[in-house]
Amino acid sequence: MKPRKTLSQLNVLAQCKRYNLSLWQCPHFLFLLMGVIIIGSALATYAIGNRYVEDPETVTLIVLSVAAILFTLAVIITQSFERLAEANRMKSEFISVVSHQLRTPLSNLNWAIELMMSGRLGKIEKKQTEYFKVLKENSNRMGELVKDLLIVSRIETARLPLKKKEISLEDLVRKVIMEFGPFTKASNVRVELKVQENLPKVSADPSQIQLVIQNLLDNAIRYIPVLQSPETDRSRTDEKEKREVEIKLEQKKNNLYFEIKDTGAGIPKEDQKYIFQKFFRSENIMRYQTQGSGLGLYIAKSIIEQSGGEIGFKSQEGIGSTFWFTLPI
Amino acid sequence: MKTILFIEDESALQKTFGEILKQEGYKVIPALDGEIGLRLAKTENPDLILLDLILPKVHGFEVLKQLKADAETKDIPVIVLTNLEGIKDVDKAIELGAKTYLVKANYSLEEVVEKIKKALQ
Repeated sequence: MKPRKTLSQLNVLAQCKRYNLSLWQCPHFLFLLMGVIIIGSALATYAIGNRYVEDPETVTLIVLSVAAILFTLAVIITQSFERLAEANRMKSEFISVVSHQLRTPLSNLNWAIELMMSGRLGKIEKKQTEYFKVLKENSNRMGELVKDLLIVSRIETARLPLKKKEISLEDLVRKVIMEFGPFTKASNVRVELKVQENLPKVSADPSQIQLVIQNLLDNAIRYIPVLQSPETDRSRTDEKEKREVEIKLEQKKNNLYFEIKDTGAGIPKEDQKYIFQKFFRSENIMRYQTQGSGLGLYIAKSIIEQSGGEIGFKSQEGIGSTFWFTLPI
Repeated sequence: MKTILFIEDESALQKTFGEILKQEGYKVIPALDGEIGLRLAKTENPDLILLDLILPKVHGFEVLKQLKADAETKDIPVIVLTNLEGIKDVDKAIELGAKTYLVKANYSLEEVVEKIKKALQ
């Protein structure tokens, strides 16, 4: 055994920080703890053996050799954990590099399309405009996906910077609703906001929390079923009234509570436990909407948890979903 | 006619921006790497410099540093136009004297042109 290497592995704090693990999840710390327990029990055995057993040296020797075997095993286990963690870190870095590389050609593409659509290069036919729109929409979609991937890679390499300051959640929510104006109008959805009076401010990163609200509102609007044909529209006159999203803001004990309720597709029971997983997309929403990266809720959960809050939902298929999160005051 | 020095190694962007800025009535001088950019900044005396950060030969930050260290070029406003969006990069560029920092992926072509127009007013 190389003593220097073992010693460097004993610098547990540095090792755990490198992989962004808490102490109790960190193999290096667990390894150290195991070592201390083994050595302690060997010494205790010796002390006890010395007093009560005729031949304490033999007993100690046996205990020590067992301890040595356990120790070696622990080292091997730690190293295999380390390899796994390293592989995960490399994967995150890979995503980050690839996403950055994807962005350059994407902005080239985007701006070239914009230039053509602007008519600056000559008049374009109506039919051509249609197809330019298809190009633009799809390059935007790709851009969104790359953006999401970058956020995920930052979350996983723990480089998502949280710039905390005192913010009014209400202002933030109003800003996002405003921003979504064109989208809600085009989707024929009404967004209602109910805010409790005199809400205190919270300490959080406004740009990150805004991202969470955006993701939740986007989901709420996006998955309200689109009516199939004018016939069904007429036969179900109450359908129009149901197309609404309700956002509530209130104080609950020492937390600010945000809730968003939709009348959308809902999440099937069997899918509910996977909903916050990376890249997961429920099959029933795929029927309504094929767009989406399956990263929005994963990102939302990571940000809320990093901000010291909680996130959750309840949902019934065909009736709608209610997502909520809390932020400490 | 106002002159813009565009230091950017992506020829596709050189083309797109060259076209739109020409239509807006500006003269665009393209520079495909940091070294050429620095040289042209001195000889052409532009009214504005558009600077990418990841550049061949001399990195954008170094270009910015040298521009600001040179009495001849230190007063030319510099707009950083890049795809790097780390807070550290933004802070560093502003600290080094960039006027504005724009992340390519976050702006449309027209929005960037608006910012350029504003900076040149």
